[in-house]
Amino acid sequence: MIELDNVAYSYGGAELFSGLNLALAPGSFHFLTGPSGAGKTTLLKLCYGALIATGGQVRLFGQDARTLDRDAVALCRRKIGVVHQDCQFLDHLTVAENISLPLTVSGRVAHASDVTDLLGWVGLTQQAQQLPPELSGGERQRAALARAVIMSPEVILADEPTGNVDWEMSQRLLALLVELNKMGKTVLIATHDLSLIRTAKSQVSARVLRLKDRKLQLAGADL
Amino acid sequence: MSDVPRRIMDFIAGDPQADRAVPPTGFTARLTFLSAAAMAFLAVFALALSLATGRLADRWSAELAKTSTLRISAPSGQMAAQTTAALAVLETTPGVAEARALDADEQRALLAPWFGPDLPVETLPVPQLIEIVEDADGYDAAGLRARLQAEVPGAVLDDHGRWREPLVEAASRLRLLGFVSMVLIAGATAAMITLAANAALAANAQVIRVMRLVGAQDIYIAGAFVRRFTIRSLLGAAAGTLLGTLAVLLLPRADAAGGFLTGLGFQGWHWMWPLVIPVLAATVAFFATRQAALRTLKEQT
Repeated sequence: MIELDNVAYSYGGAELFSGLNLALAPGSFHFLTGPSGAGKTTLLKLCYGALIATGGQVRLFGQDARTLDRDAVALCRRKIGVVHQDCQFLDHLTVAENISLPLTVSGRVAHASDVTDLLGWVGLTQQAQQLPPELSGGERQRAALARAVIMSPEVILADEPTGNVDWEMSQRLLALLVELNKMGKTVLIATHDLSLIRTAKSQVSARVLRLKDRKLQLAGADL
Repeated sequence: MSDVPRRIMDFIAGDPQADRAVPPTGFTARLTFLSAAAMAFLAVFALALSLATGRLADRWSAELAKTSTLRISAPSGQMAAQTTAALAVLETTPGVAEARALDADEQRALLAPWFGPDLPVETLPVPQLIEIVEDADGYDAAGLRARLQAEVPGAVLDDHGRWREPLVEAASRLRLLGFVSMVLIAGATAAMITLAANAALAANAQVIRVMRLVGAQDIYIAGAFVRRFTIRSLLGAAAGTLLGTLAVLLLPRADAAGGFLTGLGFQGWHWMWPLVIPVLAATVAFFATRQAALRTLKEQT
């Protein structure tokens, strides 16, 4: 699905990481952890084609990411739902319009019932007609998650999805991501929140990867 | 090719959801509208100038090509005899359809713009003018000059070519300048719309990021900007064209300008020409915005 073979990434002459191998198998659940600045966000961006590796090979759904033009990357992204820590909404559109945006840009009809169902699933039915700046941090994260899954993507990539929310909300978001995984979606969550990982491991079989010292390692039992 | 009309109609109808994805951008909207309006206003005048000078060139060329003037300068005692002799020569010259001496009133009318209407032409040493109208074949100017030199020594033949050609050339140059002005106006419009589109794209960098994040292709993102700028340009140019056409309509009529100018307005079906300007402005805006958007999207990769 998404594979990284011996991948390196350098920025401004400095190597962020190298020799990195990762395969996101269908239906798998991964956590990506590591200290701030280790390159977690960069690694996620490589996984959805926002960046091109400076070494090695990234394959998105079997295609070498380096050979994909911008339009091909856009088509790949329709199969990858991305949740950012800062959510990235269009602030002049309502929550419902933001959630249906992936359908709009792909030329598909956004059925009101689909959007309503998703809003109900993430608990934002009442906020459907509000603008993103009117939402709380947790509501924004749930709206971002709803937007990420509206296209029924095969992979969900979440970058610090619980970074700006309280513990209760982080558990609620985790529950939603675990539910998606149980529906067969591949999930990769980049987080430095170890308590979130510990909670998740009691609910789902998750691999925990640690990005440290420019290498990706399987985390041990110290978590 | 049969797909083109449908695509144009789809483009005009637009996708309301796609249009909503890009927030309204105040100053670029006004800039585009006003630029298109101002340029269309100027384009109407450039078009009017070009068409009027074209008519002028054609008229001068047609009206003067088949006429010439014989000027007789002689002492007052010999004037009548030399005029009669000249007319006799002209009557027997092949290619001359008609020749007649201008009377005092006609000569006075010719001089009126410079000396006023009450000039006593009869008491002044004014040359006698003979108007010559050629037939379709024309006459041999060199042969006629030779005959006149022998038989009417005070006669000077002016076939109008000396001043007709520079006038026609000047009118033709003005027509060319009008077309060049149109091209420059189109280029300036494209440049201004490109600047406005670039400003809008820069102001909407976050919108572009989000649209890319959710899987929008470049052509979709560009389309949201292109349609907006094209429609603004079309509306702005339509407003400018309307004002420009009204201004041309209110120009003084040709006869009021002394009969020399043919009038800078449009004539006949030429009034339809300004309708082309908004369409042209929209086409320029479409390609300028599309080019700017796709280039910016490529640079933002």
